[in-house]
Amino acid sequence: MIALGLEGSANKIGIGLISHPSPTAGPIVLANLRHTYVSPPGQGFLPKDTALHHRKWVVRLIKQAMRQARVKIDDIDCICYTKGPGMGAPLQSVALAARTLSLLWGKPLVGVNHCVGHIEMGRAITGATNPVVLYVSGGNTQVIAYSAQRYRIFGETLDIAIGNCIDRFARTLMIPNDPFPGYNVEQLAKKGRNLVDLPYAVKGMDCSFSGILAKADELAVLIGEDVPEAKRLRSEEGELITREDMCFSLQETIFAMLVEITERAMAHVGSSQVLVVGGVGSNERLQEMMGLMARDRGGSVFATDERFCIDNGIMIAHAGLLEFETGVVTRLEESTCTQRFRTDEVFVGWRD
Amino acid sequence: MPPEPTTDNPSTTSTSTSPSEQLLQEQQQEQQQQPQPQTHTHHTLPPPFTHTPTPLIPLTQGAEALVYRTTFLTPSTPAILKYRPPKPYRHPTLDRRLTKARLLAEARVLVRCRREGVAVPAVLGGDWEAGWLCLEFVAGETVRRVLDWWVEREGWRVKGKEGEGEGEEGEGEGEERDEAMLDLMRKIGRAVGKLHTTGVVHGDLTTSNIMLRPSSPSPPTSTSPNASPNVDEEEEDVSAYLAGTIVLIDFGLAAQSLRQTQEEDRAVDLYVLERAFAATHPTAERLFGEVLRAYGESYPGAKASLRRLEGVRLRGRKRSMLG
Ligand SMILES: Nc1ncnc2c1ncn2[C@@H]1O[C@H](COP(=O)(O)OP(=O)(O)O)[C@@H](O)[C@H]1O
Ligand SMILES: [Mg+2]
Repeated sequence: MIALGLEGSANKIGIGLISHPSPTAGPIVLANLRHTYVSPPGQGFLPKDTALHHRKWVVRLIKQAMRQARVKIDDIDCICYTKGPGMGAPLQSVALAARTLSLLWGKPLVGVNHCVGHIEMGRAITGATNPVVLYVSGGNTQVIAYSAQRYRIFGETLDIAIGNCIDRFARTLMIPNDPFPGYNVEQLAKKGRNLVDLPYAVKGMDCSFSGILAKADELAVLIGEDVPEAKRLRSEEGELITREDMCFSLQETIFAMLVEITERAMAHVGSSQVLVVGGVGSNERLQEMMGLMARDRGGSVFATDERFCIDNGIMIAHAGLLEFETGVVTRLEESTCTQRFRTDEVFVGWRD
Repeated sequence: MPPEPTTDNPSTTSTSTSPSEQLLQEQQQEQQQQPQPQTHTHHTLPPPFTHTPTPLIPLTQGAEALVYRTTFLTPSTPAILKYRPPKPYRHPTLDRRLTKARLLAEARVLVRCRREGVAVPAVLGGDWEAGWLCLEFVAGETVRRVLDWWVEREGWRVKGKEGEGEGEEGEGEGEERDEAMLDLMRKIGRAVGKLHTTGVVHGDLTTSNIMLRPSSPSPPTSTSPNASPNVDEEEEDVSAYLAGTIVLIDFGLAAQSLRQTQEEDRAVDLYVLERAFAATHPTAERLFGEVLRAYGESYPGAKASLRRLEGVRLRGRKRSMLG
């Protein structure tokens, strides 16, 4: 069976075509295209502009994907789209495209939970069977484990998402948004040496980032070139703190928190596998830290590269097709989208 | 008209059939070659435990600590060593800061709880620089394991009865055993209430951090339907086993709550426990109602904390997205 997947819950539009040749064999990626809306430095992406971007690209990307995959309309079994969670206007613009295609081509629709898409794609790519999942992106920070037909949330952020925290700090330091702010922060962090004291906020398996961001923003003011020498922020050894040090300190602190809550969940459910998904999952330092933790527990970390961990259409196609194969479709009247759609609301009928 | 998608937008990935197929396989193979998980990784203990005449017996690897069985002063007094090893993933400065803070928090709160009559293990010794605490041994099981065992047992009981018409089974024994379990839930509610009365919030209140010290010495260890042929006898064992004392452990994230934030902090404790129930023991979720009921009656301010819990839950549901 073949599915077309449409994703547009944030600033990326992704179109994917996937094939499930047989229930036992792994999925085959036929096409995986993506285009990102990049906002100017110092600015986030606004829903309205992002929706416009998606509308502009959706037809072109679908056509290109079909051409590339050499797939005809007849070959497609269902059209999967992101039902949520995400930003309202971009979600709607892509859902509209999915509905139109469904009517035009006479194909059933499947509305997909974005987070479940990430998890299923990660499992398929890495072969991790039953891992604890850390889902980290611009809008989400969740520690998830599967139990009794649902992906259950063990821990999550109590305020803003980790990616949002990084993006906003990047804006404070006027770090460019191209290709994406987190990538640029990661590159700067590689050159950081001094660890600046930031709050560390883990509460059980939950964590919180807003206090850290506020403190980092406050300290960032003290590293500006316009600040008199005597007032500039310094390390204990008296060295001037740089932008690189700030990025380094932010990453070291918030990633340690993520690894810690993941470790707590692993201890609690008794698992030694961990799968990292979502855009922030492409950060090499986070992957390295997670690996060190997992090794200490006699386990291993599974991660995908940016083709699959950054929002994409293929994961929507894959998760949607898994659900479609259990006989579930989304009727046209129900093919809405929703900004809030918790991971544990989805009945996972395709797993034991 | 927008231009053709090009490669100078770095996130426009194009992948065609064969390479990606290959990639899937490559990645899968790569993962399979990774070492298989072992049950125990080896850690070196700090002095004076580095070389002991008889090696310490590793009990378990917790969320952040390694827990060993040992003895205290006399060979017949069991004790546990809770060692927080340096975390290799954490920046050393941050690691030292956290380990020390948590070890001290744990020791202080445990001492305070003992004084106030909350059932917790006694502190026997410790060294915050080296990262270890020596604690009284709790002869029992975590509620996490007790619930697993109970749910599994419940599962086979229901399955076994399917033939004789499911649903209404008016037999008293089932209710009695349920009663024993519900009573355990009430004890948990009261234990948490007692903790909160002393002005302490736990900070990591999961079922792994609540222990049952059973009153009967021999816990029913059977988890398989065939293990115990004599059902009646086992029912009695179960009730006796569940009729024990609740002991709270793992206070590394605990804090003496400030008066202004007390209600919120207590509500978050309950919320963490609620989610631990929902996530780990979905079929035992209804039991949690009994925990809350008993909690609500355990001290004068409890009702207010329960009201606050509703707000915390609501925030949780709203938070489902969007940074
Ligand atoms: N005093 C004790 N007596 C018996 N077992 C204990 C005791 N303290 C801890 N344990 C066991 O060790 C596990 C980990 O200990 P815990 O204090 O929770 O450390 P962590 O912070 O690593 O979770 C517990 O879940 C429990 O099974
Ligand atoms: Mg613990």
